[in-house]
Amino acid sequence: MNNIIEPTSEKHQSSQVVNDNPFYDPTLIKRHNKAKRFKFFTIASIVFAICFLVFFLGDMVVKGLPAFQQTYVQIDVTYNKKTIVSTRKAIDKKYRRIVSRAWLRNIPKLVEASPELINTTRKTWVLANHQIDQYMKGHYYKIKDKQLKLIQQMEQQATIKLKFNSLFFTHGDSKTPENSGMLSATIGSILTLIVTMLTAFPLGVMTAVYLEEFAEDNRWTQLIEVNINNLAAIPSILFGLLGLAVFINLLGMPRSSPLVGGLTLALMTLPIIIVSSRAALRSVPDSIRQAGYGLGLTKIQVVQDHVLPLAFPGIMTGSIIGMAQAMGETAPLIIIGMIAFIPDSPSSIFEAATVMPAQIFTWAGMPERAYIERTAAGIMILLSVLISLNTLAIILRKKLEVKW
Amino acid sequence: MIFKKSTLSLIATSAIVVSSINTAQARDQIRIVGSSTVYPFSSSVAEEFGATSKNPTPVVESTGSGGGMKLFCKGDDLKTPDITNASRRMKIKEFKLCEKNGVTDITEAVIGFDGIAIAQNKHNAPLKLTKKHLLLAVAEQVPSKDGKTLVKNPYKKWSDIDPSLPDREIIIYGPPTSSGTRDAFEDMIMKGQTKKMPVYTSLYKKDKVKNKGYKKYHKIRQDGVYVPSGENDNLIVQKLDKNQAAIGIFGYSFLMENDDKISAATVNGITPTPDTISSGKYPISRSLFFYTKNSHRKAVPAMDKYVELFMKEDMIGNDGILSEIGLIPLPDARRTSIRARVAQHKKLTLDDLSKK
Repeated sequence: MNNIIEPTSEKHQSSQVVNDNPFYDPTLIKRHNKAKRFKFFTIASIVFAICFLVFFLGDMVVKGLPAFQQTYVQIDVTYNKKTIVSTRKAIDKKYRRIVSRAWLRNIPKLVEASPELINTTRKTWVLANHQIDQYMKGHYYKIKDKQLKLIQQMEQQATIKLKFNSLFFTHGDSKTPENSGMLSATIGSILTLIVTMLTAFPLGVMTAVYLEEFAEDNRWTQLIEVNINNLAAIPSILFGLLGLAVFINLLGMPRSSPLVGGLTLALMTLPIIIVSSRAALRSVPDSIRQAGYGLGLTKIQVVQDHVLPLAFPGIMTGSIIGMAQAMGETAPLIIIGMIAFIPDSPSSIFEAATVMPAQIFTWAGMPERAYIERTAAGIMILLSVLISLNTLAIILRKKLEVKW
Repeated sequence: MIFKKSTLSLIATSAIVVSSINTAQARDQIRIVGSSTVYPFSSSVAEEFGATSKNPTPVVESTGSGGGMKLFCKGDDLKTPDITNASRRMKIKEFKLCEKNGVTDITEAVIGFDGIAIAQNKHNAPLKLTKKHLLLAVAEQVPSKDGKTLVKNPYKKWSDIDPSLPDREIIIYGPPTSSGTRDAFEDMIMKGQTKKMPVYTSLYKKDKVKNKGYKKYHKIRQDGVYVPSGENDNLIVQKLDKNQAAIGIFGYSFLMENDDKISAATVNGITPTPDTISSGKYPISRSLFFYTKNSHRKAVPAMDKYVELFMKEDMIGNDGILSEIGLIPLPDARRTSIRARVAQHKKLTLDDLSKK
């Protein structure tokens, strides 16, 4: 009965035996251990995440690096009236299965560009086809014995070698892997992002300014706020459907154009910009506003000349992150027809175009092995653009941010 | 004021944009949509066309056969595609939709065959399958041991289906429902057999409304044995490389390109090769098509040239460029007759489609 009435005192007594400290807590070691375990779990999870990242990046780099080199062969090329018409005849028959078809069909344009070539035969470094390229890079290849012998012979004579793959940066998509590049997709991405930026940034900032500075806190603004937060969480493919319905079907804008793509992505980016701009505006202390009013400024003057400039770094950071997200998006673009075979670079926002992630997606589905390295190289380029965008956002924030 | 000016200019520019687009009367660039199976062939021709002519490269979108038909038949104006690719023939329903929307002058072109490969990891012993084995492996309901009733598919191992098959777990990576390859597989492997098997059809005859699905039974099991693997056939190849027990179902061109990792199973004793597919000996192959909207020929003058290039011997012939990337050429005589038909822009009629 005793220990039911005074269990604590008994415990207290027993602990006093070990320790005189009046603040002594017998569960201390247990709690400390718990804290240590917790710290260990947090470190373990970060290590785990880093391992994933390193594995992913390492895999991409190892797979993608070969794409920056391409095999060329040095052979005689004859330029005359006959070979312009049937370009296969421009080279010796034995090389026909070695040279890229894409290079051969370009001969007429080559002659047109430099007319002095006509009626000459020159030793030229010519693009080899993708099977030869795969052989030179030590990948799996499918080459007939006859050609294989010829290549090995050429290797000894040093008339076949890997050169820097400039085509990858100066050509658009192609069905011959050795001829394909990222140029048209990159230009498409830039045009699309310009449209996105030009629509989403002013709209987003204006909305944020209204909601933060002008709007009263009533049911309507609360409703708008809830909806903006909801909008940020909507799966991006739905924006594609919206884009198809509104921009293409209703307004009649051209399918697969950067105009439609940019507007669709702008809808997707809007909530991100609004939310981050509002946070930036809110972080400007009220004393600034009150000082402005005290000096007799109107509301517009306060917002335009004082609050907005101070909130600008925060707004920029949010917008850049929104842009980076829009840049990596593919799902809504499938529906508006931007995931297609479009090798020509667009010269305006009304022409058909594709974007970088779409190009990666297309290559990943191709049967030819040579596209594996190109897919990885495309991912490397896209990732480096995204990383530099995010770094820019961090630098801007660090440099320009005002601490109150 | 600032707000007013900017909104006004925004409205004005968008109005200009919209009106300038609607006034376009002719188009340089051909627009092509349709099957993902025909897409690599069609875009190869498009690239060749863009590289060797003064015209811009046609835009080729891979929307799937059904999606392509929908876009193609949506209307006759220049905003709709000029050509649609298909890995199956146009359905009568689609032809009627076209007609309803004013698309009445269509020409059909057959470009070749596509084989569907059943493949496995190269390190396995050769696998000899029949269509029946495949049906029993993938169907949700199969005939019971006595063959009188239908039961839920009990087969977990190939040797359960037929003692001559290896004692290996059945696991099949195949295309998802949205894929044309899946349609073709269901048509040729499942419907083709179940419509002749009384154990399925008798159920249909008993109650034609309720048991409609048993007329040509093609339900694929969903207990994890058949794994739908996305539209990307490369993924299936990778899985076969990792998982020795598995078999995969995908387009022939992927088999050709990855023959260091995977090998084909024979179906009814026939290995898929260009010859066996072209002659029709290999049982799972289908024709590939494209359809042109002839009313666009005037406004999109490049169309005729593109179609002519596509039908050339350099492209769809025996040693053509497309055969290098997996198109199985038509027999010579058929190729010639189809080329002539396409050159005359022969109008497709409902009778053509209802004939088999």
